Amino acid sequence: MTALAIRGGHLVDPAAGVDLPKDILLKDGRVAEIASPGKLKSANGADVLDATGLTVAPGLVDIHVHLREPGHTHKETIATGTAAAAAGGFTAVAAMPNTLPVNDSPETTRWMQAPERGAVIRVFPIAAATRGSKGDAINDYAALKSAGVVAVTDDGLPILKDNIMREVLAAAARVGLSVIQHAEDTRLTQGAGGAASMNLGPVSFRLGLRGMPPEAESSLVERDIRLVTELRDARAHLHVAHISTAAAVAAVRQARRNGLRVTCEVAPHHFLLTEEHVGLYNTNAKMNPPLRSAADRDAMIEAILDGVVDAIATDHAPHAVHEKEVEFENAPNGIIGVETALGLCLRWLHKEWKMPIGRVLSLLSAQPAALLGMKGRGTLTVGSFADVVVFDPKAEWTYNAREGKSKSRNTPFDGWTMQGKVRWTISEGRIAYERAS
Amino acid sequence: MNPTATPVRRQLHPPPVPASPFPYHPGSLLSVGDLSLDGISLILTRATALENQDPLTRDRILAKRRVALLFYESSTRTRTSFELAAKGLGADTTLVSSLSSSIEKGESLKDTGLTLRALGAEAIILRHNASGAAWLLEAETRLPVLNAGDGMHEHPTQALLDLRTILAHFDPSTKSCHPERAKRVEGPASQISPPHSIHQVTPETLAGVTVSIVGDILHSRVARSNMLLLPRLGARVLLCGPKELLPDLAALAGPGIAIERDFEAALRQSQAIIMLRIQAERLAGLQLDLEEYKARYQLTGQRLAAHAPEAVVLHPGPIIRGLEVTAGVADGPQSVILEQVRNGVAIRMAVVERALLAETAKGGRA
Repeated sequence: MTALAIRGGHLVDPAAGVDLPKDILLKDGRVAEIASPGKLKSANGADVLDATGLTVAPGLVDIHVHLREPGHTHKETIATGTAAAAAGGFTAVAAMPNTLPVNDSPETTRWMQAPERGAVIRVFPIAAATRGSKGDAINDYAALKSAGVVAVTDDGLPILKDNIMREVLAAAARVGLSVIQHAEDTRLTQGAGGAASMNLGPVSFRLGLRGMPPEAESSLVERDIRLVTELRDARAHLHVAHISTAAAVAAVRQARRNGLRVTCEVAPHHFLLTEEHVGLYNTNAKMNPPLRSAADRDAMIEAILDGVVDAIATDHAPHAVHEKEVEFENAPNGIIGVETALGLCLRWLHKEWKMPIGRVLSLLSAQPAALLGMKGRGTLTVGSFADVVVFDPKAEWTYNAREGKSKSRNTPFDGWTMQGKVRWTISEGRIAYERAS
Repeated sequence: MNPTATPVRRQLHPPPVPASPFPYHPGSLLSVGDLSLDGISLILTRATALENQDPLTRDRILAKRRVALLFYESSTRTRTSFELAAKGLGADTTLVSSLSSSIEKGESLKDTGLTLRALGAEAIILRHNASGAAWLLEAETRLPVLNAGDGMHEHPTQALLDLRTILAHFDPSTKSCHPERAKRVEGPASQISPPHSIHQVTPETLAGVTVSIVGDILHSRVARSNMLLLPRLGARVLLCGPKELLPDLAALAGPGIAIERDFEAALRQSQAIIMLRIQAERLAGLQLDLEEYKARYQLTGQRLAAHAPEAVVLHPGPIIRGLEVTAGVADGPQSVILEQVRNGVAIRMAVVERALLAETAKGGRA
């Protein structure tokens, strides 16, 4: 494999505490050398990328995406989903198991990682915690881990039964896997008249839509934290997916003070949008968990700024246009997100709310990589994987969903101003995305 | 509190429901919020004018224009009155209902709407079981859409006909309603319009008037449209019902709305009472003790005589006699339920006319 030298850029590697002009040499899929500008010693014969004026950072890591393959390839494939992620600066994504079939086996896990899938960046499968994600029988976590799984979850659905969740946490802890919970007490969100379709509150009442109470999330997070407390000695790791309510964040904050291994991620839409963005039944503002109240949204921003949140994850959930062009309550949940995450985080967390760029990047790379044990990723030290994003941190641009790489374009951010434009995304030394300069 | 959180809310907080959703066809009526007070006055004025017009000249107004009725739910009053209204103006109507069409085969609302448009429909009257369906149909067809009830959301023509009914019985000098004030519904339609009924409405028209809406508020599109419309004319709306059918947050739906759980206390304050049906089809597993409900919320002759002997009693129908109201009240002297039905035809003539003439009639009619 040819070597690649990135010259003239400004390296921001929060995990290594680096924020300096550096040249960097990538060789054989790894970082070979990092040096002051013009001082690379072994770059002879390497292809050169001129990163003058650009930021060079560890490739971004999204620990919550739905690539829809196998089974729902009209929405997205591993090839299109990873191409979209690469365009957004990501070099690793963790793929949720709610495919068809559900990924609850080493076979499906290996199939997803096979070169024939055409992934342009690294895909880390997350397996179903229970057989078929039905919440009853626990899968063989040791076998799944050997096949490459980085965590278990029944995402899309909660692991509702106390005894099953306790077993899942204990069994996952034994093999060193994290348990990701989709915290939704479906007994509070799915009546006999159908599933609720937005946050419960004055807006849902006004729109005549069945509402999901915030307690449906926070009560399950609290239940899970009780179980982790019981399993303290086993060092069980609970990761709360797409956290969205002030009460649930408060519970996580308290659990952390108590020394428990409880982490959480927030999606950009939950720290930027509120239930008001549903507007007049905009199905691209429908997801689960739903957009919440302004107070909840503000609590997400606070939790990000004060460090309770461990990762920004997109919950990238592609759906075909015709699937979203239906009555609001009949529309599927979810929005795409991998192509807008960096642009929104820099525009809002960094520019608007003054979060240092290193901390923003850490939430998008070092912390999520560490959280799911992706060794050698999320940082750029000699020997780590050559997963790099090179972007212009000052560039403002307007997102046009039609021009995206994803197969789908279900997003509430179409037409929004973004900050930070990706120039190159390099996955294990290979250019996975390049924007014409 | 982190001070940086405040500017976010200021910059991202969108307006709740746009008062004038400008991208919509000017002839559409999706929500009562779409109408200005002048627009409401115009509909009330046209309703009376059309009602009083000779049927032989009236049917030239929309002669051979095409109006489609697209009904995903059963309906007696709304469907028939819309159809009679459109036909009364000379339009050709066609009815598509979910049980006798390709909807049964899985055709989407979008495709059904586009098909109707391709068949020459110039306006679509939609009744749908999903809240917001009318917005989807409007967005996909760009035709004038009349919302004849979308899920639990809105039923704007019902609110307008309820308003017409209340105004017909309203005495502005005493700020009270009189059941006997309007003529009774017997006799030809052209003779029943009350001579002094109010047509021009202002923010003070119903100042000092309290209207109670009683029963299954949670599932009621009639309740939502009325609670959003009546306060704009100065009325106070009291919502009354048990917690299961009337959550506390209903009071936040708009200005001028309050909750009064004591039915008799609500009656004592009211000049008009809108009784609602328990919507068994939308209860979705709610356990409701009907005997207890009747004990607390049934409108009986005794209750009415004791607490609201002067008020008018409305009901959007269908009535379940012996549940929310007794037969005696439904048929009694304070009931204006059949006047509501008749007013439905007049109001719907006005909104169908508005739908099809909106573009040529910009600037308003006298």
